Amino acid sequence: MKESTTINKASINIEKIRADFPILSRKVNGKPLIYFDNGATAQKPLSVIEAIDNYYKTQNANIHRGVHTLSQEITIEYEKARSTIQKHLNAKHAHEIIFTKGTTDSINLVASSFGKKYISKGDEIIISLMEHHSNILPWQILCEERGAILKVIPINDAGELLMNEFEKLLNAKIKIVALTHISNTLGTINPVKEIIEIAHSKNIPVLIDGAQAVPHSAIDVQDLDADFYAFSGHKLFGPTGVGVLYGKEKWLNKMPPYQVGGGTIKTVTFDKTEYADLPLKFEAGTPHIEGGIGLATAIDYINEIGLDTIAKYEHELLVYATEAIQKIEGVKIIGTAKNKASVISFIVDGLHPFDIGTILDQLGIAVRTGHHCTQPLMQHFGIKGTIRASFAFYNTKQEIDEFIKGLERAIKMLK
Amino acid sequence: MKIEEIENEIIEEFEMFDDWMQKYEHLIELGKSLPLIDAKYKTENKLIKGCQAQVWLHSELKDGKVIYTADSDAIITKGMVALMIRVLSDHTPDEIMNAKLNFVEKIGLTQHLSPTRSNGLVSMIKQMKLDAIAYKIKQ
Repeated sequence: MKESTTINKASINIEKIRADFPILSRKVNGKPLIYFDNGATAQKPLSVIEAIDNYYKTQNANIHRGVHTLSQEITIEYEKARSTIQKHLNAKHAHEIIFTKGTTDSINLVASSFGKKYISKGDEIIISLMEHHSNILPWQILCEERGAILKVIPINDAGELLMNEFEKLLNAKIKIVALTHISNTLGTINPVKEIIEIAHSKNIPVLIDGAQAVPHSAIDVQDLDADFYAFSGHKLFGPTGVGVLYGKEKWLNKMPPYQVGGGTIKTVTFDKTEYADLPLKFEAGTPHIEGGIGLATAIDYINEIGLDTIAKYEHELLVYATEAIQKIEGVKIIGTAKNKASVISFIVDGLHPFDIGTILDQLGIAVRTGHHCTQPLMQHFGIKGTIRASFAFYNTKQEIDEFIKGLERAIKMLK
Repeated sequence: MKIEEIENEIIEEFEMFDDWMQKYEHLIELGKSLPLIDAKYKTENKLIKGCQAQVWLHSELKDGKVIYTADSDAIITKGMVALMIRVLSDHTPDEIMNAKLNFVEKIGLTQHLSPTRSNGLVSMIKQMKLDAIAYKIKQ
């Protein structure tokens, strides 16, 4: 029994994990890649890459249609992927899992379909100041179309929602609250369970943008009691172009179809169409089949490591990096919430984030610079952009050391 | 000097650098030495949109030649701007319109021409050429 488990420490076998991600061994600008842009998209483990490869080599057929063996096999596989996601989110039914193109698509689906049914002139929709443009624009357009009003929950200097202000916004005109679980720019973990509870006490449904939350924590949609939960496959170590909308059956059944076409119907005549049951009602056209399968494979992969273990390890990285970065003169962290995911946004006195990002790139270090699709948030902090380092469980403290060295070097060069 | 001759001069200059650090240090120096644009031209309508770094570009026609001045809030971008001005400014609209600007690739800075939203260089070159076309039409 050589490999006894260490229970107290986050037991991550980092060498083994890194070996699972082929891209991590490549070089960028002659230096070993340090990938700290996980908030934008995460890298893919070999099992996901092989699942996609295998799909095209041995499984490719259209689903839900053919009587032939290939079609039947892949339909079973695709529906198995849906069940994997259902279990992962602890959704009550598999048909509450709608495959979409990603978080943006999921939110657009709800804004459009829920909006058609439930939003009229003078109604109000609540979002927060820290939303990604993807959770602002669909609601903004809906409000413009319907003559509804968008209300915004303000935040404090640390980047936390002002809960008393949220409660003040609640009134009978509010039809839905749409909120991010974790801020992509600040890393703030919002108290979504509490928010849902408060909203539900006034019979207001809540949509959670979980794009940044799913890679870092276990999500239980029943425990949260979320009405809608949206996320993307590619941030969860799965393929791009596939995502999920979880929706409570009672809402999805009442909502009209979003996009329509092949696969969404029971019968069609030129007078009237009878639409299919969930989830097919919301899945028009041939879906991203290998995407769904790849996403389920990614979920299996992270569940093997365990999201609790991942969360613990990433928190260690966050604390380690935060301490190191604070020691650098002129650096200011934007987003200092008590409850934070492994995302650090910062600015450097007198220097443009773009310049820092360019120098770091020369050192093989991938970070994100700019407004991170959260311009209203940037306006709130009175800045044009930040440099953002976002960590995943395959990152290491040694990489953070290199990043800090690189950052110091960039500052020295640019000052 | 012709545009191509200036490009060659820059290529030679950059050949002296052994590594990326020297190259970027040079760009940063160029950025710092770029003459300041007249404050009255640092306005919204002179701003080139679509990039992380803000770039202001002003041009005027003097004796049949286009004179550019510019500024940026990012120093590396400003260095690139300085190079573009050195190459294109003080030339006729025709010369500017026909400039191929191969030097960017030759000095190993093509990443600044990649079609991402992160850099204003592509938009800036486009605007410089558009200004030249506008002067040509007016002439």
